Amino acid sequence: MRIVFKTDYMQDIRPWKDGQQLTLYLLLLAAAIAAPWLLDVFFLGELTNVLIWAIAGLGLMVLTGHTGQASLGHAAFLAAGCYANIILMESGMPFMLAFPLAGILTGFAGAIIAIPALRLHGIYLAIFTLALSILVDDIIVLSDAWTGGVGGKFAPPVNVFGFEIERWGTPGAFYWLVLGVAVIVTLGYVNLLRAPLGRAFIAVRDSEVSAQAMGVNVARTKTISFGLSCAVTGWAGALMGLYAGAFNNETFSVVISIQLLMMIVIGGLGSIHGAYFGAIVIGFLPQFLSIAKEYVGAVFGGSSVAIPGLEFGIFGMILIAFILLEPMGIYGRWLKVRTWFELFPFYRKDMFKRQKSYLKTERLR
Amino acid sequence: MSLLELETVTLKFGGLTAVDRLSFCVEEGEVFAIVGPNGAGKSTVFNLISRFYDPHEGAIRFDGHDLLRARPDAVASWGVARTFQNIELFDHATVLQNLLVGRHRHRRSNLLSEIFFTPSVRKAEIQNRHFVEEIIDFLDLQAYRDKMIAGLPYGVRKVVEVGRALATDPKLLLLDEPASGLSVEETTDMRWWIDDIRRQMGITVLMVEHDMGLVSGVSDRVLAMADGAKLALGTPAEVQSDPAVIEAYLGRAA
Repeated sequence: MRIVFKTDYMQDIRPWKDGQQLTLYLLLLAAAIAAPWLLDVFFLGELTNVLIWAIAGLGLMVLTGHTGQASLGHAAFLAAGCYANIILMESGMPFMLAFPLAGILTGFAGAIIAIPALRLHGIYLAIFTLALSILVDDIIVLSDAWTGGVGGKFAPPVNVFGFEIERWGTPGAFYWLVLGVAVIVTLGYVNLLRAPLGRAFIAVRDSEVSAQAMGVNVARTKTISFGLSCAVTGWAGALMGLYAGAFNNETFSVVISIQLLMMIVIGGLGSIHGAYFGAIVIGFLPQFLSIAKEYVGAVFGGSSVAIPGLEFGIFGMILIAFILLEPMGIYGRWLKVRTWFELFPFYRKDMFKRQKSYLKTERLR
Repeated sequence: MSLLELETVTLKFGGLTAVDRLSFCVEEGEVFAIVGPNGAGKSTVFNLISRFYDPHEGAIRFDGHDLLRARPDAVASWGVARTFQNIELFDHATVLQNLLVGRHRHRRSNLLSEIFFTPSVRKAEIQNRHFVEEIIDFLDLQAYRDKMIAGLPYGVRKVVEVGRALATDPKLLLLDEPASGLSVEETTDMRWWIDDIRRQMGITVLMVEHDMGLVSGVSDRVLAMADGAKLALGTPAEVQSDPAVIEAYLGRAA
């Protein structure tokens, strides 16, 4: 087993545990940067899709995984970011300005919505945000002067530091753009988690009463969390719009909201890794299914039969399996596997068993 | 001037008067205990001081200022920290993170500087860590520093909660039943810690406790309550021999 001897507080404050871990992450980053040379266009596109979903997942993870507020309406903020980006660009703003602004605007919109919404708890908040997601669909149709309504909009090519970037024309450059955003968001997230605000998020998630007693302004903390979450989701939405090329009111439906929430649950709530793991599952599941279908079809015949709802059926089953067997998600499972190897042969089965929690203080209001 | 003054404080839940015209003062540097049978309103008094409830009548003053003007989350920055009867820790965080949340009231950074983790944030983090390490040392929590709360035994959680309250660097520490559920040895440890908190750190302690051994061993003055009202106030020995207190606990002799 690897034991890190700590002689300095910075060893706990900096984001990596030791040189070995830092090297691994840098290698991963290098592999990610080299992907356009390693993968063909199809898989590069899929990888781009996974990264965009991961950014959206990071956005929802702040709110649900770390602040403990479930949202079933994040597709609304994907849509807001996407439309804000395109509308700003169409009004003549360069992409490098429109894109950050789109996220910031979405964040502010989210924070304003959060002020009434976060008086609700648990299932009621989920219902409120679900309604929001349905509402945004209608708003897009109704304000068709800006949004193009049902006809939708087409994403123009974007210009980054003088380079024309387009999903189909320059898939490599588009991938790097998405990767850049993902890396920046992840680094910001890591920083936040080791700072007082990130701890305040966790405090609000685990016990609002004692967070308040420790001097955390619960309402403000939740609002900031909602705003941050929406801003990141807005950026993911803007990238999603560019990736899809064309979009209308149905692109960001309630189904996307639910998929996003399922994704971070499968990945592992409350961890940055979880957003990425979940995105990999979401992104590659359709491909995996079609490959599996072809294989099954080749053996048993009938590969051309389309099964409606197969993807969602499988997805739902995976989710149920995770909630029953591994509530900590893929990241939780990964931690167990890693511990098994680190401690071999001394791993005990009950190592990750949690003691039953004790009585909670009665609700105060 | 007393550190904490309650003046004819009354709180009603519907028809039930939980706290009935209660007045008492806590002097700086003392250990003040509140005792009383179940439902006497002891924890409610704590929740009033933490501003979770608004009293219907009366005044609460801390350090000469009207505490009732403070929002619930501002009470900590006034220098009042508390623990809870049924342990309210952040279960899915480590002991270290829990203690660092206690430093939240000293946060000087904002959202942007934290996202970029500027050198000033880093410096503040090192200071926070230094402060928290002293508490870890004081409460002998070294072995649990990086452990998740969810896996810790009850007795350790109880101590971590005291540590988290100390991490706010308070003037007044409210301990809600610090010894409930603890073994005899752990209760003895708690007794010395409360003594040291007062003597070494100079923090005034107000506690609710049922364990009369702990109360008489460590507290300077005791307030006995029943049905939300004051029964007796004095030294532990005085209160324990007070006929009204004996009657509240044991009933009237036939």
